[in-house]
Amino acid sequence: MFESLSERLSSVLDRLKGRGALSESDVSAAMREVRLALLDADVALPVAKDFIERVKAKAVGQEVLRSVTPGQMVVKIVHDELVETLGGEDAQGGLDVDATPPVPVLMVGLQGSGKTTSTAKIARRLQEKGKKRVLMASLDTRRPAAMEQLKILGEQAGVATLPIVAGQTAVDIAKRAMQAGRLQGYDVVMLDTAGRMAVDEALMAEVAAVRDAVSPRETLLVADSLTGQDAVNTARLFNERVSLTGIVLTRMDGDGRGGAALSMRAVTGCPIKLIGTGEKLDALEDFQPKRIAGRILGM
Amino acid sequence: FTKRKLDDDTLEELEELLISADLGVKAASRITAALAKGRFGKELAPEEVRGALAAEIARTLEPVAKPLPLRADAKPYVIMFVGVNGTGKTTTIGKLASQLKGAGLKVMLAAGDTFRAAAIEQLQVWGERSGLPVVSGKVGADAAGLAYDALTRAKAEGMDVLMIDTAGRLQNKTDLMAELQKIGRVVKKIDVDAPHATLLVLDATTGQNAINQAEVFREMADVTGLVVTKLDGSAKGGVLVSIAEQTGLPVHAVGVGEGIDDLQPFDPMDYARAITGAAPGTS
Ligand SMILES: Nc1nc2c(ncn2[C@@H]2O[C@H](COP(=O)(O)OP(=O)(O)OP(=O)(O)O)[C@@H](O)[C@H]2O)c(=O)[nH]1
Ligand SMILES: Nc1nc2c(ncn2[C@@H]2O[C@H](COP(=O)(O)OP(=O)(O)OP(=O)(O)O)[C@@H](O)[C@H]2O)c(=O)[nH]1
Ligand SMILES: [K+]
Ligand SMILES: [Mg+2]
Ligand SMILES: [Mg+2]
Repeated sequence: MFESLSERLSSVLDRLKGRGALSESDVSAAMREVRLALLDADVALPVAKDFIERVKAKAVGQEVLRSVTPGQMVVKIVHDELVETLGGEDAQGGLDVDATPPVPVLMVGLQGSGKTTSTAKIARRLQEKGKKRVLMASLDTRRPAAMEQLKILGEQAGVATLPIVAGQTAVDIAKRAMQAGRLQGYDVVMLDTAGRMAVDEALMAEVAAVRDAVSPRETLLVADSLTGQDAVNTARLFNERVSLTGIVLTRMDGDGRGGAALSMRAVTGCPIKLIGTGEKLDALEDFQPKRIAGRILGM
Repeated sequence: FTKRKLDDDTLEELEELLISADLGVKAASRITAALAKGRFGKELAPEEVRGALAAEIARTLEPVAKPLPLRADAKPYVIMFVGVNGTGKTTTIGKLASQLKGAGLKVMLAAGDTFRAAAIEQLQVWGERSGLPVVSGKVGADAAGLAYDALTRAKAEGMDVLMIDTAGRLQNKTDLMAELQKIGRVVKKIDVDAPHATLLVLDATTGQNAINQAEVFREMADVTGLVVTKLDGSAKGGVLVSIAEQTGLPVHAVGVGEGIDDLQPFDPMDYARAITGAAPGTS
């Protein structure tokens, strides 16, 4: 496993114990370790660099308190800044679906990131905890048995799905779902889309057309928490094309360090709203910046 | 192109290029250090630098570039597919099955993912695309039992290859990893050498955790080779450099799209060029 940041920093800084304020060169030495820790945790390089500049500015000149070691102090500064960047102590996890029904929620992301599963998890939660009537529709006309998958998940979750009609385009299905939502009195219509690479022009145009057709209240990027440096490209490109309102991070039940959370949050400015913590439909939790910050730092 | 001195600043830029491609700090600094050897302080054109960097990466990857070692004496040759959720196992089976059939082999598929919604239907569609038989059981049934039945049938029907799909699982879930071991044990009752190949499917968008995936799956599921998928996206899959160094596991193929023909042999130089942004034919 990774050496935790606390250990790394204490080996760099603790010789300074009881020496007054942190100098520029002390902090620079510490920041090299912070950089390593962030990159090991898959925080994207440009994001890690910005982050370090901010932390450095805060740390230089700080008086080292008698009660803590310089290492502990820097860890606290880094940790607090990380929590702040990830959304702050009182980050709101929930979705905004309080509008004139039916409220469209669009799910987008790369292939295999967990969109279909997360669609069913969120629908189930809105229905059970939020007392909303939810309709789910699969706009995935490409992956084999994608529509069937959502239908089965709907049965498992007790959430209605739009009847499957072969041969329709994604935009046709989205419109049909909204119409069914209106006619049948649903509060929320969840639109699951096919996975797509952000550099696939034709498919990005398709999802933009869906967005234009339904004007979603929430457009959620569903992303794998194990994602590496590419997190910044994917998040930026999806945000540019469909204006994200939030991020759902999946596979947080894995042992990845989750640096993608910081990368995606930083480049989109969008809150991370929910995390997936398993394959089952109840494995969905509110995002807690503190928990992820600790994980990124190996604490 | 204007030539530029290969100095510390340039080396740092190159190291950052590699880190941004998911090589990780350690592999990135090792490779830039190797590049600097004998070249430090020299005036070099950017293309020369990238070409040399690509060659350095390719050197690490070359030993692991090996096609799937199909064996004619194993009848059927059993290939099991394993990996984390959503990496592309089922799709890769669909693509590889089509290639093997094209090579004149009799191929059968086994729907060993009895857990995920519509996983069986998904594999059945892939089977139909190539006109191949798919052995499937009930949802929630024991995957090992299904694999046993499939191998029995494949043997009886004189198949050359049996490809077993499995449910995605995270490598830190010990109970699910044990389930893979059980599949391995059960097929051995029919053929002690089976599965002849166990392929770990890795997603190129995954960061440093892929190293741990390779290590744990190799340890727990006797993985014999790798397939890297989703290289058609913006991710470069540079973590493979560390995986190659640390595990030596052969890489049999790469996935470059969702279509049936989007599976290619692993070419270390192409892979390295994509990482460094070097143009073809620059080294
Ligand atoms: N362990 C774990 N697995 C998850 C989680 N979310 C989704 N999965 C699994 O990840 C795999 C892919 O999930 P899907 O919901 O099919 O992903 P998708 O984004 O809809 O995939 P495409 O439609 O093919 O792009 C499945 O095996 C899911 O069970 C999670 O939070 N934890
Ligand atoms: N762009 C691209 N997509 C791919 C590639 N390989 C697989 N996919 C897509 O990734 C998604 C997941 O693929 P699957 O084959 O279902 O993955 P899996 O590993 O079987 O998933 P689980 O069984 O849920 O664990 C699907 O949408 C595939 O079409 C590839 O090389 N490129
Ligand atoms: K790529
Ligand atoms: Mg899906
Ligand atoms: Mg599968």
